[in-house]
Amino acid sequence: MSRRVTLNLGFQGNTQDVMVVIPDDEPTPWQWGDRLSVVGKPTPRIDGPLKATGAAHYTYDIELPGMLYGAILRSPWPHARIRDIDLSAAKNLAGVRAALALDDREIRFAGQEVAAVAAISSDIAADALKLIKVDYETLPFVVDMDAAAKDSAPSVFGSRSNIGRTKNSSVGDVPKGLEIAASTIEATYTTPVQTHVCLETHGAVASFSPAGDQLTVWCSTQGIFSVRDDLAVYFSLPPDSVRVVCEYLGGGFGSKFGASPEMVVASRLAKATGVPVKVMLPRADEHRSTGNRPNSEQKVKMGVDRDGKLTAIDLVTRGSGGIGGGAGSAGPFGSVYRCANIRVQETGIYTNAGPSSPMRAPGWPQGCFALELAMDEMARKAGIDRLEFRRRNSDNPVRAAEYEIGARAFGWSEKNEAAKSSGPIKRGVGVASAEWHAVGVSGPEAQVIAHRDGSVEVRVGTQDIGTGTRTVLAIVAAEELGLPVDRVKSEIGDTRFLFSVPSGGSLSAPSNSPAVRQAAAHLKDKLFRIAAPILGADPRDLEAADQMIRVRASTSRAISFTDVCKRIPGDSLSAQGERVPNYGGFRSDQAGCQFAEVEVDTETGIVRVKHVVAVHDAGRIVDPMTARSQVNGGILMGIGFALFEDRRMDPQLGIMVNPTMDDYKLLGALDVPQIDVTFFEVANGVTNTGVMGLGEVSHVASTAAIACAVYDAIGVPVRSLPMTPDRVLAALGHA
Amino acid sequence: MNDPKPGKPHAISRRSFIKGAGAVAAAAGLVRVGTASADEKTLPPGVVEKLGPEATAIELNINGQPATLEIEPRVTLLRALREHLGLTGTKLVCDRGACGACTVHLDGKPVTSCMVLAIDARGHQVTTIEGLGTPSNMHPVQAAFVETDAQQCGFCTPGMVMSVAAALEKNPSATTDEIKHATAGNTCRCGTYPHVFAAALKAAQPGRATNATKDV
Repeated sequence: MSRRVTLNLGFQGNTQDVMVVIPDDEPTPWQWGDRLSVVGKPTPRIDGPLKATGAAHYTYDIELPGMLYGAILRSPWPHARIRDIDLSAAKNLAGVRAALALDDREIRFAGQEVAAVAAISSDIAADALKLIKVDYETLPFVVDMDAAAKDSAPSVFGSRSNIGRTKNSSVGDVPKGLEIAASTIEATYTTPVQTHVCLETHGAVASFSPAGDQLTVWCSTQGIFSVRDDLAVYFSLPPDSVRVVCEYLGGGFGSKFGASPEMVVASRLAKATGVPVKVMLPRADEHRSTGNRPNSEQKVKMGVDRDGKLTAIDLVTRGSGGIGGGAGSAGPFGSVYRCANIRVQETGIYTNAGPSSPMRAPGWPQGCFALELAMDEMARKAGIDRLEFRRRNSDNPVRAAEYEIGARAFGWSEKNEAAKSSGPIKRGVGVASAEWHAVGVSGPEAQVIAHRDGSVEVRVGTQDIGTGTRTVLAIVAAEELGLPVDRVKSEIGDTRFLFSVPSGGSLSAPSNSPAVRQAAAHLKDKLFRIAAPILGADPRDLEAADQMIRVRASTSRAISFTDVCKRIPGDSLSAQGERVPNYGGFRSDQAGCQFAEVEVDTETGIVRVKHVVAVHDAGRIVDPMTARSQVNGGILMGIGFALFEDRRMDPQLGIMVNPTMDDYKLLGALDVPQIDVTFFEVANGVTNTGVMGLGEVSHVASTAAIACAVYDAIGVPVRSLPMTPDRVLAALGHA
Repeated sequence: MNDPKPGKPHAISRRSFIKGAGAVAAAAGLVRVGTASADEKTLPPGVVEKLGPEATAIELNINGQPATLEIEPRVTLLRALREHLGLTGTKLVCDRGACGACTVHLDGKPVTSCMVLAIDARGHQVTTIEGLGTPSNMHPVQAAFVETDAQQCGFCTPGMVMSVAAALEKNPSATTDEIKHATAGNTCRCGTYPHVFAAALKAAQPGRATNATKDV
């Protein structure tokens, strides 16, 4: 059964009534102007004290009685065939309990798993790896994308070409669009391979029941249910015989979906030894083998007419995700700016390097970098103000409003027109547009439980990658039940709870919060039925607010939430909620923009980011405090991508030469600029909470804004990332 | 297989195997073997201490409590804390002193415990994140981290807290710039730094509003 409701949706100065059809038992979606008491108030994350005192238990911290330490031997060769593996010496080392050869005899990248051991200490496990003798037949390899694309290149996958299938998409007529343009540009932009560098490396603790028919795995994952399903298939167990637990997770960024090799290895070693086995990867393995953001080489053509309207956007991009795919960057080209003629062509090239995996807004930071720097090159050539150029080519009213807010907060007009210093330090400013579509998906179910002592518990089979999921879910339940947040506890990270989706694609808050709200609403109805006879009212006339259950029309007729809970006949009262499909609502995309100011030392080539202003739409913000943390993080990861990060492969040896946290350059405290974040509230009416994810949209435009600011500072574009001093000097002609 | 026993914490006592150490050292002339004595200063000039490679009993002072454990001399302070003493709040991340996640205090000074051998921590006061405060009784720096949301995934947080606490111990009115330098060796992949600076300033002088706290 469903019902129609009319919602007032939109944003400040631009609201409209929109009719949506929702299930009968779905709470009426929050709309524009709804005053909420807990949602939207800064709330410190509820698991903060555990994290700040070291009491939060990550996979890496789990120690079980009799547990063994596993370690994985990896191929030093980028391409080889394994003729033989001799485990005898490793097996005979005192303290070693199991050694096994892994199934794959074809090695396609340096760092691929070859064999594994389990021992009574991590040091002995490491010693044992050195005793494994592997007879490799080494094969020709290629790690450089250009070299791999040549006909004569060694083939990564045997007879298959290294050049993957090209994805084409186009609207209009690009050659014609370029022909009619008053002005055109053409340039090539490159971005490096970036690794995720999760501080907690990939890993798992696995434990089989004595009969071998029940598997429990504690693991560092963004998707407990996808790990469960993968392991169930691998070990031929029913899914409900596999339990996956992830209470705390030390970063994922897209690299921790599904059962990864170390989870399978830990489980196999546990099965072989009959005791729990822990496998946590060393740092170098994390860099080489657990995923990366593919590089890109993006050839862009752009045309503009006399009115500053885009007439053509053309992108031909190649990238390599090593032995993996996913090397595209076209997303922003077809989506952020309006243009009648757009063509994008994406091709992945296979190389003998570690497999790619999704990374924070896959394809978008690299695409946005090329698109936005091209926009600036185009604007300069056509003699148009850069911000005005973007305004003219965007038809999104949310972004238009955000440009104004951001420009004001940043001081765009003054800074953009300021004369350049005659000294060696040049200041520059840039602006870039962000976009994402984080409205979430249906699938999750939630349980909300009221206990007789008046406390409330939320249970969802989701996981917290650091975004504050526990806190967000507790806030939503507290809002619905009229309670302060400290009355609500969130239990997540266990496949014994109801199903939820992986925490990636900015899905968690928008997918889980509506299920929790619906569950809390159902629980509230049950509590109303207890309270109604006491208040002498119809349950439908009651409301929950200020820790009371009361008659809506006569709020002094009230009973405390706690007193109602005391009358729960059993120990607790629970209700479930379901995340129903998105309704439609106002709009389901999300816009954002970021402004950056940099200083470039034209003598040393060093770039320093001084100030970033970010304006983002995330629907309804549940907790501005944790939301700001996410946006800060998206920006700072973007600065790292702009200036520092670069996975380097040795073309002669075929190995990653910087698989450490000092040689792989990361942003540090001294590189952090002033950051100002503004949330632009949009009542989207897409779900009952209207919440959208922030993890990705906050990262999409950061690198691009910095690249545009560097161009503004020195007058020449630096078209290759990272913008290291040598590249900046080369762009200036000082190399 | 004949297993060596992995080191586990013992009751506080000297192990009997050290009883002959002096005689061995005398026989060897310049090498003193297998001592659990922490104080290198008592060694005669030119005498080199030799421990291991097998597991050796050593005594450490962790969070104000003595602890005896039997470990191979190659075991780092970090691994000793985590794998032998069950103090898992201190994290292993880079394993080469580059990221600060394993920061503990050695006599009040921040050190990366992955770069310190446990045997070299003998005779020093080791303070870990667990020794600073507990969830129900947080150190002011820990409380400030919670109040300003100076954490996301939380894996860098213990090390970050230890660096900030040491900096504020040294200079209770540290500036943002000084805090940036104090945490320059701590990597946060989630990018929580702005809130870390805010937390440090809050812990330094509660109530002080600054630029860095503006967005909290």
